[in-house]
Amino acid sequence: MSALSIVTSEISNKRLLHPLEGRPMRQKLMTPAAVVAELRSGMTIGIGGWGSRRKPMTLVRAICRSDLTDLTIVSYGGPDVGLLLAAGKVRKLVYGFVSLDSIPLEPHFRAARQSGAIEVAEYDEGMLQLGLYAASCRLPFLPTRAGLGSDVLRVNPDLRTVRSPYDGEELLAMPALPLDAAIVHASRADEAGNAQFLGPDPYFDDLFCTAAQRAYVSCEKVVPTPELTASAPVQTLRIQRWMVAGVVEAPHGAHFTSCEPDYGRDEEFQREYAGAASDPAAWAAFRASYLDRDETGYQAAVTARRDATLGAS
Amino acid sequence: MTGAATRAEVCVVACAEAWRADGEILASPIGLIPTIGARLARATFSPDLLLTDGEAMLGQGTWAIGSQPQVIEGWMPYRAIFDLIYNGKRHVMMSPSQIDVYGNVNISAIGEFSRPKAALLGVRGAPGNTVNHPTSYWVPRHTTRAFVQRVDMVSGIGYDRAAQAGEPASRYHELRCVVSNLGVFDFVTSGHRMRLVSVHPGVTVAEVCEATGFDLVVPDDVPLTREPAARELQLIRSVIDPGGARDAEVRG
Repeated sequence: MSALSIVTSEISNKRLLHPLEGRPMRQKLMTPAAVVAELRSGMTIGIGGWGSRRKPMTLVRAICRSDLTDLTIVSYGGPDVGLLLAAGKVRKLVYGFVSLDSIPLEPHFRAARQSGAIEVAEYDEGMLQLGLYAASCRLPFLPTRAGLGSDVLRVNPDLRTVRSPYDGEELLAMPALPLDAAIVHASRADEAGNAQFLGPDPYFDDLFCTAAQRAYVSCEKVVPTPELTASAPVQTLRIQRWMVAGVVEAPHGAHFTSCEPDYGRDEEFQREYAGAASDPAAWAAFRASYLDRDETGYQAAVTARRDATLGAS
Repeated sequence: MTGAATRAEVCVVACAEAWRADGEILASPIGLIPTIGARLARATFSPDLLLTDGEAMLGQGTWAIGSQPQVIEGWMPYRAIFDLIYNGKRHVMMSPSQIDVYGNVNISAIGEFSRPKAALLGVRGAPGNTVNHPTSYWVPRHTTRAFVQRVDMVSGIGYDRAAQAGEPASRYHELRCVVSNLGVFDFVTSGHRMRLVSVHPGVTVAEVCEATGFDLVVPDDVPLTREPAARELQLIRSVIDPGGARDAEVRG
């Protein structure tokens, strides 16, 4: 049997053997519950995606159902932040914005801010990127102009400036934002944790992963490794397995945020979410319909809702 | 296709003028009227501008609100936008909730930051934008609640803050213009206080001053904002915004 045919048969068996040792590669497939079981109250958790786009909502919902508390959440925020706030999981929020995109203001975020319920670190969105990048590079800070002269310094009194040793310029020293864990949602992944983005923008998901001690990638579909590059260029493989601790197969796992090209944002559902969020009774009903059940129940309720809407129109 | 320009169309052209001298940089309009304006600018007097589809693609040609560009000329995910911001080859037009006489703006929170009366978006990219490249503003409803003595949370920095923060903040800081539904403004005055550049047809200087919560610099002669040219009206009405979305944002 030739070396090539051995490799081929191994791939078809979905068990990648090291050519010399013959030991199977690490398997990282997990359930959402198993991911949550690895998290602890008080942790700092980064969430990938952007606004109401490609958020790891299956994992967010799993955290909402757990007994985790006092989390510090770092996010380019959308309904991930809203759901976690509504579930009382957040002690501190680190963000540049929180928005539902097609609905500019996130109602749970507004309520939490306006009641003073949470501690916040509001940064320029570029500062957030540099904080994640500094953590990824194991640096204490990275210099930037962003934030200088603004009230970001007033409301974050721990921020410091740093003088350039080359020309004396005094710049903002954006501190590293190390994460205990990161959760992101990809289009495809293999069982080893190589993950692929088929949509228009990878956002900062790889930085969330590399800034974290442990990163968990949910994806629309787990596929054999060769399939990842069979129909898409290798440049879509933005996340590599060395960054990843666990892989979760979660079809519609970004719902109701977008996950192009598999699906767009569920605008109708988002409108229902935002409408319910601004009224306690309506929110209780929304929770009973969609959130006080497991992920299978959630997805079934979403499907039933969509069928009912289509039937009515 | 005929008829006098509406206020919305005057505003579109005033926004377009913000990008007139910019050359080959990324025009980043936030919101509807600036978006129509940026596409109009490129279709007419600023052909070298780069424009995104609002997501991650750079598009060529002129496309309608709600549709996609036919020719993609580049990839501009958020990470590339951030790199571009630091490089400076960008002119953004944002839409603040509050703006003051020196051009400080607030898009973050109304009231005390620790427990705001109204939480808005967050500072987003405003701090970084304003210290890295030219910035302009669009205010669809010019009132004393928008044009204020003092903004509650300085998100994008004005000329006084840039000067106080020193060379690293002021070196690339430049506020080009402010367009509202009433007029056009800039900061080309001693001390960089906001100046009334023109009032839109049908608006008086007194109306503008009354709707402004601070003392504007008002020259002796305030011209009218220029009317859209026939070619511009044709582009706005039949190519860029055939659905008339602009009329919902600015009436009259």
